[in-house]
Amino acid sequence: MKVPVNITINGRRYQRDVEPRQLLVHFIRDLGGVTGTKIGCDTSQCGACTVLLDGIAVRSCTCLAVQVDGSSVTTIEGLAPAGTLHPIQEAFWNTHGLQCGFCTPGMILASHELLRQNPQPSDEEIRHGLEGNLCRCTGYQNIVRAVREAAFGRGQ
Amino acid sequence: MSARIFGSGIRRREDPRLITGTATYTDDLALPGMLHAAMLRSPHAHARIKRIDVSRAKEAPGVLAAFTGADIDRLKPVPCAWLLPNANLKIAGYQCMVKDTVRYVGDIVAVVVAETAYQAHDGLDLIDVDYEALPAVTDPRHALQPGAPQLHADVPRNEAFHWVVAGGDIDAAFKNADVIVKERIVQQRLIPNAMEPRAALAQWSGASGELTLWNTTQNPHIVRFLCSVVTGVPEDKLRVVAPEVGGGFGSKIAVYPADFITCFCAMTLNRPVKWTETRSENYQATTHGRDHIQEVELATKKDGTILGLRAEVWAGMGAYLSTAAPGIPTILHGLMLSGVYNLPAVKEDVHGMYTNTTPVDAYRGAGRPEATFMIERVMDKLASTLGMDPVDVRMKNMIPRFENGHTVITGLTYDSGDYPAGLKKLLEHVKYAELRKEQSEARKEGRYMGIGLASYVEICGLGPSQVAGAIGFQGGLWESAIVRVHPTGKVQVFIGASPHGQGEETTFAQLVASEIGVDANDVKVVHGDTDNTPMGWGTYGSRTTAVGGAALILATRKVKEKAKVIAAHLLEAAVEDMDYADGKFFVKGSPDKAKTIQDVALMANVAWNMPAGVEAGLEASMFYDPPNFTYPFGSHVAVVEVDPETGQIALKRYVALDDCGPQINPVIVEGQVHGGVVQGLGQALWEEAVYDENGQLVTGSMLDYALPRAGALCDIEVISTVTPSPHHPLGLKGIGEAGTIASTVTVYNAVMDALAPLGVASLRMPMTPERVWRGIQQAKG
Amino acid sequence: MYSSPFDYYRAATVDEASALLKKHPGAKLLAGGHSLIPLLKLRLAAPPALIDIGRIAELKGITVKDGTIRIGALTTHADLAASTALRESCPALAEAAKQVGDPAVRNRGTIGGNVAHADPASDLPTVLTALGARFTVTGPRGTRTIDAGGFFTGMMTTALEDRDLLSAIEIAARQKGQGMAYVKFSHPASRYAVIGVAASVTVSSGTCTAAAVAIGGLVPRATRAASVEQALIGQTLSAGTLARAASEVARDLGTDILGDLYASADYRKAVAPVWVKRALAAAAARGK
Repeated sequence: MKVPVNITINGRRYQRDVEPRQLLVHFIRDLGGVTGTKIGCDTSQCGACTVLLDGIAVRSCTCLAVQVDGSSVTTIEGLAPAGTLHPIQEAFWNTHGLQCGFCTPGMILASHELLRQNPQPSDEEIRHGLEGNLCRCTGYQNIVRAVREAAFGRGQ
Repeated sequence: MSARIFGSGIRRREDPRLITGTATYTDDLALPGMLHAAMLRSPHAHARIKRIDVSRAKEAPGVLAAFTGADIDRLKPVPCAWLLPNANLKIAGYQCMVKDTVRYVGDIVAVVVAETAYQAHDGLDLIDVDYEALPAVTDPRHALQPGAPQLHADVPRNEAFHWVVAGGDIDAAFKNADVIVKERIVQQRLIPNAMEPRAALAQWSGASGELTLWNTTQNPHIVRFLCSVVTGVPEDKLRVVAPEVGGGFGSKIAVYPADFITCFCAMTLNRPVKWTETRSENYQATTHGRDHIQEVELATKKDGTILGLRAEVWAGMGAYLSTAAPGIPTILHGLMLSGVYNLPAVKEDVHGMYTNTTPVDAYRGAGRPEATFMIERVMDKLASTLGMDPVDVRMKNMIPRFENGHTVITGLTYDSGDYPAGLKKLLEHVKYAELRKEQSEARKEGRYMGIGLASYVEICGLGPSQVAGAIGFQGGLWESAIVRVHPTGKVQVFIGASPHGQGEETTFAQLVASEIGVDANDVKVVHGDTDNTPMGWGTYGSRTTAVGGAALILATRKVKEKAKVIAAHLLEAAVEDMDYADGKFFVKGSPDKAKTIQDVALMANVAWNMPAGVEAGLEASMFYDPPNFTYPFGSHVAVVEVDPETGQIALKRYVALDDCGPQINPVIVEGQVHGGVVQGLGQALWEEAVYDENGQLVTGSMLDYALPRAGALCDIEVISTVTPSPHHPLGLKGIGEAGTIASTVTVYNAVMDALAPLGVASLRMPMTPERVWRGIQQAKG
Repeated sequence: MYSSPFDYYRAATVDEASALLKKHPGAKLLAGGHSLIPLLKLRLAAPPALIDIGRIAELKGITVKDGTIRIGALTTHADLAASTALRESCPALAEAAKQVGDPAVRNRGTIGGNVAHADPASDLPTVLTALGARFTVTGPRGTRTIDAGGFFTGMMTTALEDRDLLSAIEIAARQKGQGMAYVKFSHPASRYAVIGVAASVTVSSGTCTAAAVAIGGLVPRATRAASVEQALIGQTLSAGTLARAASEVARDLGTDILGDLYASADYRKAVAPVWVKRALAAAAARGK
């Protein structure tokens, strides 16, 4: 069985016939060239596949493409207009909030969600807000700094 | 500006592509006509394959092929590349695909290739395999016992090797001892968990006989070398590319059956084939780390002076010997048993054991955390036995400051160190005396606060090739660099090492910029592609800066020397009269009349006016073979509080003092320490790969295997001392593994210190709430 | 990672969903998907078809009327956690919802999907059991209501039958003097509850007049702790009383105590009173 879907990714509409079992993350990654969204696990534990679905962070590995038919998805590539950086991206760069970069797209979008829900988080709230995202490189400390900087400005 | 770029915490050059999602990792690649492979892995830890039938899978929609072990005979066995000498090493056959007997849950028995990954995985469900289950053994110590299941017919008692390190008179040491402290330690098996799962994409050109393999690897040149051996494709027709690589931590050093099978599929079907492991597959089949059972005893005098250390280790190697595996629990572990102390005598027996488990290989720290844990744990035990402070017992035995070589009983010569100064600085930073006071106050209130300490030295910057040969490593351990200055003065650097998150695109640019005075932004560091980088041995063992950085700086100096000759010619001066400062060459005393490196680069490249006998171009290469290893060191402190009601441990404070020599980029150094420390904390508190008695991996997914998460951690304070290595051109030592090496035992010692009033003397790691709670109950009696 | 193939139908109304269930035997309902999709991906479940009820508007939202809170089955954990009405009228449920999984999971996962899955280590069933929630179910024979006590029938099993659809959950709103809390001992990997405790105490003139306590995580289904409740009613809620009452939980756990690699049954049983005590203390502090 194939089902027609109409999904907007980073402002561009994609019309495709998909198998119902196709995960949103595969839908996105198979479009060609939109591979910033990562797959780090198979049990919904790592958060690498986090995207914004109509502005809200979700795990694209735990959504079927058919479920989000008609929705608008923002991936890491679409977070800021081409050639610019979103303040959260800038903050990750400034604070050395990444090393290998594999968890980073998900981590940045999880940070986006965290700040959407709580624009002025404490360090503890940041740490808890990022609990759905695994990073093996940074020990999280500079990611916490990045979110703090994105919330309160440079050097905070 | 350029003069100050060394030592500056500039932002990373790598980051723009990573934070925008435009970096390309192996699984992000798609080639026209690309097919997808999925591996069928054994669900049994030990079994004979009675029958395997892929015919139904071959009929499935989208499936192009399915192969079993019988089909892929032309692939040679997976090589082990560390042939440990004098250890009765027995390398068992490690086939890419099993034909008769599977030896761990994860051994590959078939592959399906299909148009989509979904179809390839559907195909796996249609393969019929009849297994005859055999008894399995997973515990390395049990594997050595009579009657234990045998993995390989030609390896009696499952012993892959028996390696011994000995020095001094160990019997006399124990005979003359006033005190003997003993400990049994389990360095539990860990799963490295690089966030990027492993992947391979193979493209075969039948017409030219050329194979390209994109691979998640820390060492593309080693992969090319060994892939050539396994597939038979000549090295000149084999290109290996490590695109963006999402962490490795040792697990992407080894070469793997699945990658070679992917090559085979591409070569057989003449279409590009991609394979990407799932996380569950990663847990089953990407190499694990640690897995030691250690028995250690320390002989000392009444005053705490160490006389000798004796140990026996049973190291689980898994079902086969992975690429670098034999060297990890031996060379990188046993030779480090002196730690930062004067140790007059040592003897350690290491039994490398085949078990029905996933192969074990390097995992961040690789052997050194296991050594450091052993020493630093018995130092604390010694302190409590003698009623001494853990600081005093360490200070008493510490090797004093040395600047140019100190040989320890295991035969290694440490390059430079000032261990007491580092420990003192750390203690002052944490206000150790006040911390102890705070602890005694807490105890009065019934709170169980603990302070843990560990000092370490590690061997890294692997290493002189002559030594590599002597210890059986089947490769060199030099590194290479090419520095090429373009006509406009922009620089490209080509290195053989293969960073994958450590930030050398930035730090190496800083090195070149500070040496020849160009802007760091004008230096591009190229790595990871065997077709356009010089041979190198890879990024592991904290060696990229220590060895590759040395190659780079020496190549850059060659460029600078040549530039000076050309500048002298352009200024009509003698070379010996020339001076250099901040990217400018000038006649001594006349800095206003100078040629910049850019001026020289233009002239060298157009070559209109070159000095006689000087080649055109401004480029140099360097193959650097270090005269010795480097030996970073440091001391760490952890403060914890234990809830005696539930056994839960709260991290209160963590301070790391590390000495990696001069720091090119202190922000990146700090990041390495943060990440390293947290990985070590993972071992102490959360992580363990557990097999049941049948060899099933019980912690088979991220639902069961607990990785450190942000909420359970505290900030890590990072401080340092600077003791240059005497043999590195810039004194650099390496920082990639330091945090992991120190932190496991530091936090372990802190927890034991917290529980001391309750009488708990040891706990198995990870120290889960239940284990802590049980320890308390048992101590209560 | 890769599910087996299945068909997919989307229902716009509850009636449509019921009709699709009838038409496609063996089909599973899909709400947020956060319990079901992980099973599909690991091929632990392979239904022939999914019926997506995620867009049925009538199944969404929280209303409080005449002392009853009505929560549509499709209400997400994030909505529960953020609901001012719920934080006022049933704070323990909001508190539990905030501890389910992580933010991205809470944005998609629904209360209906969660309770229908009936994972013993899940958070919401414990709170709903403590508070005596009532479950509105539409089935082939019309609509019926099931009490929490009868809804969760065992490990991963509920009173829902093949063609049933859970539409809403009702709970009595908090009364004057009633304090409630949910505390959780999380598994460090899965984030599920090793032990979860929901507690509600009502205090009038310094005396506990009503108590409701349920435990989850260590038992096959969320279970009321009647002995603990008994030990509270009529008492002044001093620290000593709470600790004594909490220790009664051993009587309520039954014989089938769950354990795993991380926390054995023995350990969970031994420390359960500590967690009950903490939940009671938090609830009592809020009941004042």
